[in-house]
Amino acid sequence: MATSTRKPLSPGRILAWLCLIVIMAVTLFPFYWILRTALSNNFALLTDPSSLFPVGFTWGAFKRVLGLASTAEALAEGGSGASLNTALYLRNSIIYATTQTVLVVFFSAAAAYAFARLRWRGRNLVFGVLLCSLMVPEILTLLPNFVLVRDLGLTDTFGGLVLPYGIFSGFTLFFLRQFMLGLNREIEEAATVDGAGPLRIFFTIVLPMSAAPIATVFLLNFINTWNYFIWPLLVSNSEDTRPLTLALAVFKQSSPQSALDWAGLMAATLVAALPMFLLVLAFGKRIVNSIGFTGIK
Amino acid sequence: MTLRRNRIRRRDTPVAWLLVAPALLGFGVFFAYPALRGVYLSFTEFHVLTPPKWIGLDNFRQLWQDDVFWNALGITVQFVVLSVLLGVFLSVLTAVMLHRLTQSVLIRGVIILPFLISGVVAALVWQLMLDPQLGIVNVWLRELFGQPVFFFNEGWAIPTLAVINVWKWMGYYAVLVFAGLQAIPATVYEAGRVDGASELKMFRHLTLPLLRPVLAMVVILNIISAFQIFDIVQVTTKGGPANASNVLNMYIYNKAFSQFDFGYAATMSLTLFAMLIVVTFIQLRLARANESDLD
Repeated sequence: MATSTRKPLSPGRILAWLCLIVIMAVTLFPFYWILRTALSNNFALLTDPSSLFPVGFTWGAFKRVLGLASTAEALAEGGSGASLNTALYLRNSIIYATTQTVLVVFFSAAAAYAFARLRWRGRNLVFGVLLCSLMVPEILTLLPNFVLVRDLGLTDTFGGLVLPYGIFSGFTLFFLRQFMLGLNREIEEAATVDGAGPLRIFFTIVLPMSAAPIATVFLLNFINTWNYFIWPLLVSNSEDTRPLTLALAVFKQSSPQSALDWAGLMAATLVAALPMFLLVLAFGKRIVNSIGFTGIK
Repeated sequence: MTLRRNRIRRRDTPVAWLLVAPALLGFGVFFAYPALRGVYLSFTEFHVLTPPKWIGLDNFRQLWQDDVFWNALGITVQFVVLSVLLGVFLSVLTAVMLHRLTQSVLIRGVIILPFLISGVVAALVWQLMLDPQLGIVNVWLRELFGQPVFFFNEGWAIPTLAVINVWKWMGYYAVLVFAGLQAIPATVYEAGRVDGASELKMFRHLTLPLLRPVLAMVVILNIISAFQIFDIVQVTTKGGPANASNVLNMYIYNKAFSQFDFGYAATMSLTLFAMLIVVTFIQLRLARANESDLD
């Protein structure tokens, strides 16, 4: 079956495959380079920058960023001696990204249900007002939001990090509403006949039936929050709340350019990206399809 | 039937408001209010620690005469144009190849890997690879041409940042375009083949027009996100050297958080917002994004 539909390898197809392979190689090479550098010794990197394999192979950089190496050991391998408290930042990232994602997906799903499945006066008006949020770029609300969070005394807290983006997300709400509009009404009507109220229908019928799109927005929100830079940069100014992405940038900027611990930095980079790779391993197909799906809406 | 369904069900109303309340509150407190406050602050002198002082259009006058702002705008436009041209070209190319060659989710997964990592990580690894001494790219360039390229110097900074940005986002857009291609019915191509159209002709006269709504969306998303580039610049050049990569968001950020001139920063944000609205509007009109030739 598969072979009968396969087209013959014409010159055009070979050329296209070559082109695609080049694109994939350029896409993947930096990832390999992170790994190769993370497994290298900093001093050896300086003497042999072009080696395609780790130079002076060592697990030292990983030990350094995971806090398993002493300062003396770190210095001996060309670490700057400045430490990167990766475990703490990883914890912060997990708290920040998980809390925000769970909250925003739940609140969005609740609102989406009200907009898609319940009949109430003012529904279209409220929905229209919320729609405006999709058109305003982040920068306009960023500074006033910072002032607001500062006035609330929430700078440098997880509350301050999460709140502005953890209650309302236009995209998430609209995406879920769109899906719920298409749900079959019959099950709900049967439940109504059995005496279930709207809340009960939401929790026991609509929410479980929306598991797939909820997983989709959960993943996309989690990825975005994990990688989010500018808001944590504004709000988080101590180690106790700083997510890993931000910590990497701060670490790089606080070390002198001449003595940058590239091996350590790349090891930390890998640790920062690891949760995303795990997500891809677990939900690869879903992520790919959901990106495509969000485009079609 | 419809009448019965559209009837407002009285017992739904309180529950609906209860369910909408958190989102509505979040929208009001962290979106509508800040947006309006941003507009207000742009007419004030505001240094965070003292209350804002209304100064009318002074900030806008200052903006008009601010060479750094106009320079930042020019640089941002360069960055946007480079990012969008290269990004859209590569993502359409990749999507078409994916569509014609393989349905493999694995390959699409590989293509979107850079989208999954942060701009900070992307900036860090590219800065390492492009480093004049240590960077593998420069090692190769030295072997080929005998001299390294200082990718983050005045002349090269913006094109370099644009390439990094394209690397990070290309796969995401390629998957969007790919999904658009999947939605084009195969019968369209069969008809084309019967008429004896070549592959290139079919791409030009069938694929591109049918893809227009998706392409318009990809271009707009691309423009809007490129206009707001920040993390890659902050990690690599911080706007330097000599303002050569001082893009708008970088300049706004520095005005607000290095010089604490929040009023002026708000003015620039509002101006950027106005420009984005205009660009989006023009783009939507030009692309007639809401119409599809499939209908």
